[in-house]
Amino acid sequence: MTNIIEVRGVSKAYGGVHANTDISIDVPAGKITGLIGPNGSGKTTLFNSIVGYHPIDTGSIKFEGREISRLRVPQIARLGMLRTFQQTRIYSKMNCLDNMQISVSHREESLGSMFALRDRGEIIDRAERLLEFVGLYAKRRLISGDLSFGQQKLLEFAMALMNQPKVLLLDEPTAGINPTLINGLIDRLKRANQELGVTLFVIEHNMRVIMNLAEQISCLAHGQLLATGSPDEIQNDQRVIDAYLGAH
Amino acid sequence: MTSARTDGVIYAGLIAFGIVGPLLFPGYTNQIAIMWLMVLMASTWDVMGGQTGYNSLGNIAFFGIGMYASAVVQIALFYDVGEYTAAFGAIKVEFTDAQYFTGLALGLGLAGVIAAIVSVLVGLCVFGLRGPYFAIGTLGVAVAMAELISGWNYVGGGGGISMPVFPGEAGASSLAFYAMFFVLAIVAHLFLRWLYSTQFGLALNAIRDDEDKAEAMGLHTLRYKLIAWAIAAFFMGIAGAVFGNMIGFIEPLEVAFPTTTFGIFMVAMALLGGKGTLWGPVLGAILFHVVKELTWTYLLDWQWVALGAIIVVNIVYFQQGILGWAQDRWPAAFGLKVDEGGDDATPAGAREAAE
Repeated sequence: MTNIIEVRGVSKAYGGVHANTDISIDVPAGKITGLIGPNGSGKTTLFNSIVGYHPIDTGSIKFEGREISRLRVPQIARLGMLRTFQQTRIYSKMNCLDNMQISVSHREESLGSMFALRDRGEIIDRAERLLEFVGLYAKRRLISGDLSFGQQKLLEFAMALMNQPKVLLLDEPTAGINPTLINGLIDRLKRANQELGVTLFVIEHNMRVIMNLAEQISCLAHGQLLATGSPDEIQNDQRVIDAYLGAH
Repeated sequence: MTSARTDGVIYAGLIAFGIVGPLLFPGYTNQIAIMWLMVLMASTWDVMGGQTGYNSLGNIAFFGIGMYASAVVQIALFYDVGEYTAAFGAIKVEFTDAQYFTGLALGLGLAGVIAAIVSVLVGLCVFGLRGPYFAIGTLGVAVAMAELISGWNYVGGGGGISMPVFPGEAGASSLAFYAMFFVLAIVAHLFLRWLYSTQFGLALNAIRDDEDKAEAMGLHTLRYKLIAWAIAAFFMGIAGAVFGNMIGFIEPLEVAFPTTTFGIFMVAMALLGGKGTLWGPVLGAILFHVVKELTWTYLLDWQWVALGAIIVVNIVYFQQGILGWAQDRWPAAFGLKVDEGGDDATPAGAREAAE
């Protein structure tokens, strides 16, 4: 089993605050990996480090065996690693189809693809199918900023899939989504992983979701890696229970 | 406005007016020519300002650069520029018809190209700025350009340059420059119309809505911004070159780099009509120009007050501009959907695949 992301000894401090200290995590290719931990434990900081939002202080981050800790966000995105945001980010004044069409991969960009007419060809077909996949097809012509928060999350997820990434980092995909939609979302995350072959790396606070979804979970606390293991191992790990899960 | 039929009627009306206007009102040929220039300025400003969300106050710099580039090319083809400008028009230099038109054609073309190249170089420096910082930074560029030209004696410094004189009668020359502005405005409009219908147009809108998200999705944001600004600069450069030839005498502060008049007008016009739309800047420019000319004629001494009042009402009550306001009010008339009632449940592609 190969690891598509290898994080080795990564530290990141903001001034005197040590957000991440000596963290090492592997994300196996083709699987779903979870990242949990209390608020402020450094999960989002680690995501930001991996996708190139800020330079790391020490350590190494490899994507498909290639060192990426010195690359910037758009370069890493073009390699095929995308992230979604905790605070959902979409192009709020454009309609859903336009949001999807501009989310195509920019790995190989030519004059032809830059100036291709929109609303036609393979791109619009794929955009419509993915919107149907997340259940937003009927709303495709609506201005995306007018959608509900949950729908915007689904749109952001569809936009990420439109980009055909190899790895998708999801920052709390179920936060703010109503409980009846959550099951549908879990199902879609699994299908994206199995049918489209996208490796997922997921930050999640909803234990039912993450235990159901992930094959391997890492837990952070106070900026340090506490434990890594299968959902069962993590649930029964005394350190994780003390720091995060609490006694049941 | 989005239906092909309405568009057709508007195009027919504008083109008919463009052709018949100067023939019916020969006394107003220059005013109508300036109106097309205003349309051009507002529309090209909107590429960055409206579509990309980068409010430039410095696009007028490319107007002036194009004007000076063309002047230098037109003169340098046949004379020494330094000698020509040192004489401050005291030496009457004769250009033959062939010389004049070769120079003009080459000058207009190079004006656009040089302005576009300068915009890329400036863009590499200022695109690190966002929001109000970008606006002030670009304003600084325009002011600096004017000062630089004022101090450069080779191109006449603050004294300016007398342009080669259009051969033939006065009436013929104003019709010729009128035609250039008219054609340039139409060409620019059709080009932008095409541009906004491509993936490139979507990329600009994406940068406007959330540039960080666009970067996170792998967009070459700097590349898109540079090309967009170069497109605006190209048209501004040619427009400046035509304007310089039409006026006949160019100097840095009032004619080439009028930051406080044309430079602000282009922003005000795009905002008035509705920025970020294809037709908004056109509507805004025509309305603004007509009001400006009317107040100049009938409300002299109050013309700046009138223009100021328009801008204040626009900014305070109709920030989205006339067209933006109309779109919010009657979305259906503009082909915008507000609810999904009665839509097909599956995409066409999936239906075909299923059959």
